[in-house]
Amino acid sequence: MIEALHLIKRFHDNKRGTVCAVDNVSFSCRQGQIYGLLGANGAGKTTTLRMLATILAPSEGTAIVAGFDVIKNPQMVRSRVGFLSAATALYGRLTAREMVEYFGRLHGLDEMTLRLRIDELFERLEMNEFRDRRCDKLSTGMKQKVSIARTLIHDPSVMIFDEPTLGLDVMAARTIVKFIRECRDNGKTVVFSTHVMSEVEKLCDRIGIVHGGELLAEGTLVDLRAQFGIQDLEALFVKVVES
Amino acid sequence: MSLRNIGIVYRKELIDSLRDRRTLISMIIVPLLVMPLLTIGMGVLSIALVGVAMREVPQVMILGGQDSPGVVADLHRVKDLQIVPSKPDYAAEISNKKIRAAVEIPEGFEAKLAAGELSTVKIYMYEGELKSGFGADRLQRFFRELRDRSIREHLQARNLPENLAHPFDILETNVAPPEKVGGAVLGGLVPYFVTLLCLTGAMYPAMDLTAGEKERGTIETLLCSPVSRTHLVMGKFLMVLTASIATAVLAITSMALSFGAGKQMLLGITKGASDPALQIAITAKGLISIFFVVLPLAVFFSAALLALSLFAKSFKEAQSYISPLMIIVAMPAIASLLPGVELSPALALIPVLNTSLVSKEIIAGTFHCNMIALIFLSSSFYAGIAIAIAVKLFQREDVLFRT
Repeated sequence: MIEALHLIKRFHDNKRGTVCAVDNVSFSCRQGQIYGLLGANGAGKTTTLRMLATILAPSEGTAIVAGFDVIKNPQMVRSRVGFLSAATALYGRLTAREMVEYFGRLHGLDEMTLRLRIDELFERLEMNEFRDRRCDKLSTGMKQKVSIARTLIHDPSVMIFDEPTLGLDVMAARTIVKFIRECRDNGKTVVFSTHVMSEVEKLCDRIGIVHGGELLAEGTLVDLRAQFGIQDLEALFVKVVES
Repeated sequence: MSLRNIGIVYRKELIDSLRDRRTLISMIIVPLLVMPLLTIGMGVLSIALVGVAMREVPQVMILGGQDSPGVVADLHRVKDLQIVPSKPDYAAEISNKKIRAAVEIPEGFEAKLAAGELSTVKIYMYEGELKSGFGADRLQRFFRELRDRSIREHLQARNLPENLAHPFDILETNVAPPEKVGGAVLGGLVPYFVTLLCLTGAMYPAMDLTAGEKERGTIETLLCSPVSRTHLVMGKFLMVLTASIATAVLAITSMALSFGAGKQMLLGITKGASDPALQIAITAKGLISIFFVVLPLAVFFSAALLALSLFAKSFKEAQSYISPLMIIVAMPAIASLLPGVELSPALALIPVLNTSLVSKEIIAGTFHCNMIALIFLSSSFYAGIAIAIAVKLFQREDVLFRT
């Protein structure tokens, strides 16, 4: 369960002064649902998701993630969230196994549980052939799998994906899309951001359209189509942003 | 504080760094090479060069002396002098290193000598030039012996005792322990290098663990973990400190070993001549004391470098912050080499300088326990401040996500 409550994030910029990257964003996502944040570059998607993952602290407002307040209990939130983005890279000099182990330990798993969990994940994601290879020697697709294993090692109940398919080829992107769907089917709460319309249509139970830091429209795909009278999502998006 | 979490981060950073070739070079290879090169290499080179200069038979010119054939003939008979025909431009010849020195014998020198009249023998040389100095030395030795001989002859002629012109002897005796004498020569250089290596050892991992993580995008991955940011930065700090201490320990050990080996080699070259500059004995007590005073300095460097490179967006930016630091740190270390800069309670509060000065004293065999304690405390104080700054910076989003 995720509930964003009037999230505001201001940055100080030397040239532009104070910039409001996220302006009063509220939405909620229930367990077993996928919520998609749709927006152009610089719309405030990444900042919103980073606040939900407690990597950034909100300037105002708050969010309740997996039952904990992101301001009051950031550590509890982090131990229940799996966060994956194009910016969350791997340690190149660690092997795939060491990378996942490291995050398992950081999440406080004991060695016994950790070993079982790694064996299970590596089996499920078909990673055993490269488990002892260094991350910087892996292909993009393999790296993606290591990242997925890293986000799943502590069995989080909430998954946050920030543009997870950015820069991936078709096959690697398909793996991610399949993975996001699996997360939902396993009863996890999923939020993800993208600017790819087809991903939104394929995956999302609810959609939020963000622009200039504000959440301009929100609802299920059916709701939004009815509200704006437009079938095509791309045209709908352009209409919302330009109005 | 959760030691378990700090330990997890530390262990990972250690494995990660030990797989990085650049860290290994700065942490292990450099200190192992620099110290033997400094002691054995420099020592052998300088002794070899001086030896070449000493073995050379200097070419000298005699100016005048036509009316003093006896002296000129004696000069020609001196084995380690080669007399060349005289030319009017002797000064230019000395400057151009064609000849090493020249001696001007005054008119009627022998006659005046016999008559007991005062006259002046002039020796021309190029001040500061080693080989010219050796040439002039030999000429001076010749004329000093001539003077002594003529005094004796005059005294004998008048039936006076020889010691009339030599009423007493002066004998200088060294009471400083041998390591004190040796320490003064090389002692200044050693702490300078140990200090600098302590810094360079910490430099690379500090940049790699902070700015490097930002550049490679792993910092955001790391921040997803539930471990608190204080624990993350402490784990990283311990790794940087490990690198710094490893570098310093390797440097001090290899220094001690190369002094031992170097002494034997140099004594072999100089054929056992007991040059006091070579009498260096670094004791185990000295080594441990140096390590003890360098330790808080290593903590200070590690935390300061971590804080500084944490602020940088990229590896390159971090390098541009840290390169000037090398010069800033080198300055107090060099100041400790200046003559007259002695350890005092006020100087004991200046970071880097205090450590260099006290290490110099320790190598020279002197232990000021109060000073060592004072320096340890003041360095620890600076180290504490640097750690606090690094921890604070790691909590700040605008530092971690600087764009």
